[in-house]
Amino acid sequence: MGKKAIISGVHDTAVGALPESTCMSLHVEAALGALVDAGLKLSDIDGLLTAYSFTSPQLMLGGVFGEYVGLHPKVNASISMGGVTAGLMVHHAASLVKAGICRHVLCVTGDNRLTGMGERVQAALADVGHPQYEQPYGMSVPAAFAMAAQVYFHEGWLNGEHLAAVAVNQRVNAALHPQSHLKKPITMDDVRKSKVIASPLRMLDCCLVSDGGAAVVVSAAQTARDLPRRAVELLGIGEGHTHEHIFAAPSLVDFGCKESAATALAQAGLAHADIDSAHVYDCFTSTLLITLESMGFYGRGEAGPAALAGEFAIGGRFPVNTNGGLLSYGSSGAAGGMFHVVEAVRQLRGECAQRQVKDAEVALAHTLGGIFSGHCSIVMGRL
Amino acid sequence: MSEVPSLPMPMPMPAPDACSRPYWDGANQDVFRFQRCRACGRAQFYPRSLCAHCQGADLGWETAAGPGRVASFSVIHRAPLPAFASAVPYVLALIDLDEGVRFMCNVLNCDPATVRIGMRVRLCFQARPGSTQKVPQVEPAES
Repeated sequence: MGKKAIISGVHDTAVGALPESTCMSLHVEAALGALVDAGLKLSDIDGLLTAYSFTSPQLMLGGVFGEYVGLHPKVNASISMGGVTAGLMVHHAASLVKAGICRHVLCVTGDNRLTGMGERVQAALADVGHPQYEQPYGMSVPAAFAMAAQVYFHEGWLNGEHLAAVAVNQRVNAALHPQSHLKKPITMDDVRKSKVIASPLRMLDCCLVSDGGAAVVVSAAQTARDLPRRAVELLGIGEGHTHEHIFAAPSLVDFGCKESAATALAQAGLAHADIDSAHVYDCFTSTLLITLESMGFYGRGEAGPAALAGEFAIGGRFPVNTNGGLLSYGSSGAAGGMFHVVEAVRQLRGECAQRQVKDAEVALAHTLGGIFSGHCSIVMGRL
Repeated sequence: MSEVPSLPMPMPMPAPDACSRPYWDGANQDVFRFQRCRACGRAQFYPRSLCAHCQGADLGWETAAGPGRVASFSVIHRAPLPAFASAVPYVLALIDLDEGVRFMCNVLNCDPATVRIGMRVRLCFQARPGSTQKVPQVEPAES
């Protein structure tokens, strides 16, 4: 391979209920934070990638943000692919720097969905259903994700205990992060007895709705020696896209993550066992377990028991979502996936204090959009 | 609770287009129409202007006999929209019709707790208040 791409700076804003925040304030805070982290000035940025906002929908979010901060990039695009978007932004940024088109690409996300939308967010999410073939039936996003979980339950590959173990572990991790949205400890019983939202998923199986933002700077590797922080190299990135609507999914057992993970690992020249720290999209507890199995980190029916056995804990055999993930750290639209990217980078830099995975050298960040529809796997390592 | 009684919210209803009109017109006549590609022979749901398997444009319409099975389902206890709030708990399901097409609908006329993956169902067509459009649904095959 020719040129290499690195992540030179990261930042995540406070998350939770931020009543003073706006889509633009979160973008600005995340972006400037990532620039400071990278030791760059705004004028060093020659590529800008943004996502989308529910609270403040824009036809050209990249144009709006560039104008607001006074940035005139050589390349500017907004990507709108739901939860997978953050991964796609990193993928496209890496392509731009590897092709020599840009030196430093700012990838910035953020939305004030909690205080800016309140209950309207559930209706907005239900809008993702097909207007003719799903919405007339009252499809909710949890119910759509439950279609895969129900098959795993039916086959005996997952059960409520497995899901609860994921929720409890991630709350434990979130409590170790100074910024996380929810830190109050929960028990297995709390999860199992929380109200059913869409069987078999309960309230504590579902991710949060938070205000928050996150940004990363993807740079050409030759700039690394000028940077203040230890850079992280993007070793392999893969995508997998199989459908949009869950009724059109080719399988309810395996999804595009199988291909995205295989591509990313092959590009990196690494195996599943080389991943020290995994940061995997967890809109629901079941989503995480199904994705881990479909990616090949666990055999069929093995991810749930692994969660119960404590393998995903920070000191466990396969640490997963050390910041608490979308379930407990925070979930702010496209920023939800970017939080995973940011945490993966921090693990590789050894900046995670109590959450630090010992000797983390290779990390995986995985984002997912739609109903298991689009996937992006990013394998990164210490430079 | 508001003291002013609110009007019932209408459920979202499809807006048929040129491609889907035979499907939705069929529903109004209690038939479930689907397309089969004359080039590759594959059936597809939903109606499209081309075959999503081979991209052929020569598509014929067929009618499903009615029987199918539950491929997966979820019992919804929290409605995504106020229009469905009075319907909870209701069953959202993916149905494999015997002709080989999968579609989403509700499982009607049964206790949601009795729905299982693999359960045999048959098509039915639901009229909805305030709309002249019927929607394809299923109910348990054995009554």
